[in-house]
Amino acid sequence: MTKAMTGAKMVVQALIDQGVDTVFGYPGGAVLPIYDEIFQQNSIKHVLVRHEQGAVHAAEGYARSTGKPGVALVTSGPGATNAVTGLTDALMDSIPIVVLTGQVPTFMIGSDAFQECDTVGITRPCTKHNWLVKETDKLSSVLHEAFHIATSGRPGPVVIDIPKDVQFATGTYTEARQVETHYNPQVKGDMEMITELAAAMEKAKRPLFYTGGGVINSGPAASQLLRELVAATGFPITSTLMGLGCYPASGDNWLGMLGMHGLYEANMAMHDCDLMINIGARFDDRITGRLDAFSPGSTKAHIDIDASSINKVIKVDIPILGDVAHVLEDLLNVWKARGRKTDKENVQKWWHQINDWKKVDCLAFEQKGKVIKPQYALSRLEELTKKHDRYICTEVGQHQMWAAQYLGFEDPNRWMTSGGLGTMGYGFPASIGVQMGHPDALVINVAGEASWLMNMQELGTAMQYGLPVKQFILNNERLGMVRQWQELLHGERYSSSWSESLPDFVKLAEAFGAKGIICDDPDNLDDAIMEMLTHDGPVLFDCLVEKHENCFPMIPSGKPHNEMLLGENADVANAIKSDGAVMV
Amino acid sequence: MSPLKIKKGATSHSAYDLRPNFSDKEERHTLAVLVENEPGVLSRVIGLFAGRGYNIDSLTVAEVDHLGHRSRITIVTSGTPQIIVQIKAQLGRIVDVHKVNDLTVEGPSVERELALFKVTGTGNDRIEAIRLADIFRASVVDSTLESFVFEITGTPEKIDAFAELMRPLGLEEIARTGVAALSRGAVA
Ligand SMILES: Cc1ncc(C[n+]2csc(CCOP(=O)(O)OP(=O)(O)O)c2C)c(N)n1
Ligand SMILES: [Mg+2]
Repeated sequence: MTKAMTGAKMVVQALIDQGVDTVFGYPGGAVLPIYDEIFQQNSIKHVLVRHEQGAVHAAEGYARSTGKPGVALVTSGPGATNAVTGLTDALMDSIPIVVLTGQVPTFMIGSDAFQECDTVGITRPCTKHNWLVKETDKLSSVLHEAFHIATSGRPGPVVIDIPKDVQFATGTYTEARQVETHYNPQVKGDMEMITELAAAMEKAKRPLFYTGGGVINSGPAASQLLRELVAATGFPITSTLMGLGCYPASGDNWLGMLGMHGLYEANMAMHDCDLMINIGARFDDRITGRLDAFSPGSTKAHIDIDASSINKVIKVDIPILGDVAHVLEDLLNVWKARGRKTDKENVQKWWHQINDWKKVDCLAFEQKGKVIKPQYALSRLEELTKKHDRYICTEVGQHQMWAAQYLGFEDPNRWMTSGGLGTMGYGFPASIGVQMGHPDALVINVAGEASWLMNMQELGTAMQYGLPVKQFILNNERLGMVRQWQELLHGERYSSSWSESLPDFVKLAEAFGAKGIICDDPDNLDDAIMEMLTHDGPVLFDCLVEKHENCFPMIPSGKPHNEMLLGENADVANAIKSDGAVMV
Repeated sequence: MSPLKIKKGATSHSAYDLRPNFSDKEERHTLAVLVENEPGVLSRVIGLFAGRGYNIDSLTVAEVDHLGHRSRITIVTSGTPQIIVQIKAQLGRIVDVHKVNDLTVEGPSVERELALFKVTGTGNDRIEAIRLADIFRASVVDSTLESFVFEITGTPEKIDAFAELMRPLGLEEIARTGVAALSRGAVA
């Protein structure tokens, strides 16, 4: 059925038809007609953020925690340019979001009109796709197609730029099922390749699953199938930062996160394995370390929905183009039909080796004295919250890596962190998005004091909507990760890495009407965390921690996996040679 | 979310081989990219090459199917085999791209380019220019007492060769279209 309505009404109608319940946004002249329509309906909640970057990160947090596309709405010009960091973040981490931007009326485009910018031009390289819609008749089909493109294949952000006259004009509304699209990425993997992988699994002596965000993006079925596959084969499994939760941290075969700040056993297993099964990860430079020394003796299989991820940096032997859940289902069936074989004896030996590596206990730390160690703070947070229905966001820096190391994730969609772009300021707005998607859950943002300040204005949003997000700030009064690199690479010349003139976080919280807690004593930490958990409302927790703690283990840039630095006693000064120092 | 209708014949399989034999030698490839004729599509393609540091040796674009709303972009690029595979895969990711064909590896193909040459001169140089133009089957599309404009079609190599010969004879200006290419035989 086709209906006549204004462009602005179409926007709201299409969002309703796409099952959207929440929009994060900020109004302005070029989106007033859409805001007028939002005002006159009750199906969609609008969350007024305090900065458009916050809207996009909130939409990302909503998307990552619910598995549904996130939606943001911003005005033209500065509204659109403020959205760019969030769009790039979502592109790098393959997060499905739909961002609607207002634009000056079509007859003023190109005239340097007030609050005009070339939104589609600016966002072309940081979106999966974008549109400038110049006719109201086309608007609804573009809206529907936008959701399809954002969520199918490798997910990503899309932008729809809507001039104001298009919002006012009346046109014909097209329903989603009437919209034709040619975008239909392959989801089933090639059976020949899948069979080849099954055969390789039967022969492998030192196999390893290396999983990533693709497992999470593929949906809950993918995690389920992965767990089944790991249990059935008995192979060890590690994951990237993006994949945490696809296999439970309490699972028997879990080696922990790998990569630059990954666990010793996970990185050693990557280096020494003879069959690497990459499932939805992309051989990112945080994972591979030095390329020519990356897992030198392994046969590499790679399951990915995006052909351009295959053979991009690491040449693989068994490429499988397809969706993780589809491929894993076929892989399990093929492997079972062939008799469920593995080289048990050698895999057993492999586990002995891995268990020896585990004995290194690379995350061990000692909480002595009166200053809280960040690792201790996170261990206590883990202990006191792991039984909750819990979602964790992070900012970017040392605290992010410690959170990945010391918190355990049992399920997918519980861990929201800016992986690819490394965006400081991501976590707080993301936690707002998560809480909107899960009103009754415990949502914690593990933050650094510097990152948190980057989007602190969103405390107003949390207050306005009564979102009880817990901001757990590991306050080292340092741009800690920058300081660590300066210590290791730049002769301890701490150029601009002190967080100075910090606010009194308790007073800051109170200024917004939120609760502030400060804790600087390990003996009081549990009580303080409990106070945070039992408070029904947003909490800003200022946890004063050791200022010069370094984050280990660490694979220095330009080094292979088996040359990782384990702790304070490591020869860090000589570890990073100048050829590695050029890398970030 | 409500699903859309997937068009018949929507491409999901790509033309590129995922398990090629990689060498480190630079190769020249001619790619035919069939795209939706949308505003911004050329910018997406060029932006991809610029953003990821790929080479463009030649690029031509024009609408080839008005009703079907399709344009064809012919790109001549060079890189190691691994880069060429990446380029094709990255092009394949662009939502407005329908098909990527590598004419260099997918069987024999024909390549043609058109060029206009402005050559000025008098006396023997002028006679020599017209004689060489004749050998190259270039035609004269404009002439004055001291100048010619030649039109020449052929492979890029032929046009390069013609340019070399014209240079000492008073070559003033060249305009080249860039390469257009098609696979040989009956199949598209
Ligand atoms: C927007 C942005 N700017 C700069 C950086 C570079 N950077 C990475 S970590 C970091 C320091 C973060 O400090 P803090 O939030 O206090 O976390 P800590 O490392 O101290 O735990 C900086 C500046 C970044 N990742 N993002
Ligand atoms: Mg800090």
